[in-house]
Amino acid sequence: MATVTFDHVTKAYADGTIAVNELDLLIKDGEFLVLVGPSGCGKTTALRCLAGLEEITAGQIKIDARIVNRVPPKDRNIAMVFQSYALYPHMTVFDNLAFGLKLMKTPKQEIKRRVEEAAKILNLETLLERKPRALSGGQRQRVALGRAIVREPAAFLMDEPLSNLDAKLRVQTRAEILRLQRRLETTTVYVTHDQVEAMTMGDRIAVMNLGVLQQIGTPPELYDNPVNVFVAAFIGSPAMNFATAKADDGKLVLGGTTLHLSGEAAKAAAQNRGRDLLIGFRPEDLVLNGNGRADDVHIPAQIDVVEYLGHEELIHAQSEGHEIVALVPSEQKVQAGQEVKFAIQSNKLHVFDPETELNLTARG
Amino acid sequence: MATVDQAVRISAQTRSERLIRFITRTPIHFGLIAIAVIWLVPTVGLAITSFRKPNNIAATGWWHALTQWDWTLHNYGSVIHATGMGHAWVNSLIITLPATILPLTLGALAAFGFAWVPFPFRDTLFLAIIALMIVPIQTSLVPLLKLFRDWHLNSPHFGIGAFSFVGIWLAHTAFGLPLAVFLLRNFFITLPKDLIEAARMDGASNLAIFRRIVVPLSVPALASFAIFQFLWVWNDLLMALVFLAGQPDKAPMTVRIPYLLSTYGQEYNLLSAAAFLLMIVPLIVFFSLQRYFVQGLLAGSVKT
Repeated sequence: MATVTFDHVTKAYADGTIAVNELDLLIKDGEFLVLVGPSGCGKTTALRCLAGLEEITAGQIKIDARIVNRVPPKDRNIAMVFQSYALYPHMTVFDNLAFGLKLMKTPKQEIKRRVEEAAKILNLETLLERKPRALSGGQRQRVALGRAIVREPAAFLMDEPLSNLDAKLRVQTRAEILRLQRRLETTTVYVTHDQVEAMTMGDRIAVMNLGVLQQIGTPPELYDNPVNVFVAAFIGSPAMNFATAKADDGKLVLGGTTLHLSGEAAKAAAQNRGRDLLIGFRPEDLVLNGNGRADDVHIPAQIDVVEYLGHEELIHAQSEGHEIVALVPSEQKVQAGQEVKFAIQSNKLHVFDPETELNLTARG
Repeated sequence: MATVDQAVRISAQTRSERLIRFITRTPIHFGLIAIAVIWLVPTVGLAITSFRKPNNIAATGWWHALTQWDWTLHNYGSVIHATGMGHAWVNSLIITLPATILPLTLGALAAFGFAWVPFPFRDTLFLAIIALMIVPIQTSLVPLLKLFRDWHLNSPHFGIGAFSFVGIWLAHTAFGLPLAVFLLRNFFITLPKDLIEAARMDGASNLAIFRRIVVPLSVPALASFAIFQFLWVWNDLLMALVFLAGQPDKAPMTVRIPYLLSTYGQEYNLLSAAAFLLMIVPLIVFFSLQRYFVQGLLAGSVKT
């Protein structure tokens, strides 16, 4: 149980690469925080700095009130789950779990009790005498988790722990990790490049790109109110549609179509009259043929491809020179080549400044 | 599994496939056998000579013993009962064991540092140590001998005779270390980084990582260096001759064996039997550890 604070943390390598740039984060006690971003965005480096495996160049990292900048990993009282699991191949599952406790000179009885308890939680009881090479991927993953929980550390650090599992097992383990974390209420920092994992697991999500923290918030906050183009494009699947349109008083001109706006979007358009703006809208917010609401914005399009997903359909369409994607209920029968009109509520439309890439319609 | 699959695959081959396989493989096998024979001939000759009578050795070549049955164990009896040979065997062990264990331990510790503990000028220092492998032993014999004499490393201390071997232990250690550091560092570096870091996160100090993770996972590399060093020291004549000169009670077998000649004249029968006795210990070491030896040589080149 602990809070973790990143205070203007910068990590620069000898060759001048800045992996993490002025990172500020406050992770609350018992919180599940997900660090997400594309590969090379600095999320793993940030985690390794917290672990003590990398030294930071500037700033401070605190666990509770203690500054740990120069504290070696073994004295930070945190546990890490590695992407490769990193199980000790020459030790049995029991010894893998007990390794940390043995080093802390925990009494034998206590080690046995805690290892057995962890094994019970993770369903490893029957595997304790096996070596890692005799385990399946999912079992190895659970041993790696077990090694972290037996030590009852102040925080768990997880570096893409699910990326070596197959898709089905990944979904299952995702729920298991969440349940475990809720039960133990241990502060957890979880690194992933998968925004679905981030959205489903995190109490809060911190989105990083090129070493810089873009936005931190709850999953709905990031989904509804992305602060910039990067977060808007990164969060959500399928990804947000973007198109360039010219701003005018209360409206945007997209090729030959005029989008009549209301609310924040109208305000943003009015303030940037005459400029080209970037508009963004989510595939799932598009409604085929509209339902006649007053604040709807209508976008005409020609359908390219329809991907049938069962419950829903993914429609790829062309609109004023932009490719747009819509996710609609599959009972609406549409075909390639058809001319349609998509409707979207004005308040679901995001308007971005193309130069700063900031969201001009961000609410709250 | 793999061997079963392979067996099934081979038996499933047609006759012509097997024939082609046999024809293409045969020259390689002949080549290998030829090389093995060429290498083995002198040793086999030595072995056979050691079982022949002195007048036979003087009269005919060793291969005649293959057709004329006239073998004897007498040579071995003479060597074993010759003065000081048992003592020399013990001396060889007293010299070889510490001179193997010391560079193995020190080399492994240093190699761990070079592989996994960051410190300034690490790679430069490592290169410098590798460069030391170039130094020929002969150039350093005289300075070392002077050093040992000044520091009294060649004489007993506290009434313990083993102390007089300190000099030769240190000399063998020093000349074994560069290879040890080189070989072991290059093996250690192939251990997965995550494993070392996981141990660090689990609260392990550098020494704990070395002892509980690195050493158990590096047995093949450690064993192969141990064999190299053991064979080298056991068979060494030059260093023993120089550093233990004038102390016949401390001479190892390699130094002692030529004395057989000076005592008895041109007696090849004794020389060959003694040489064969000398070979027995390394042969035992090699065959008991050869599984690791083969693995250890592959170590680092192929990831297992």
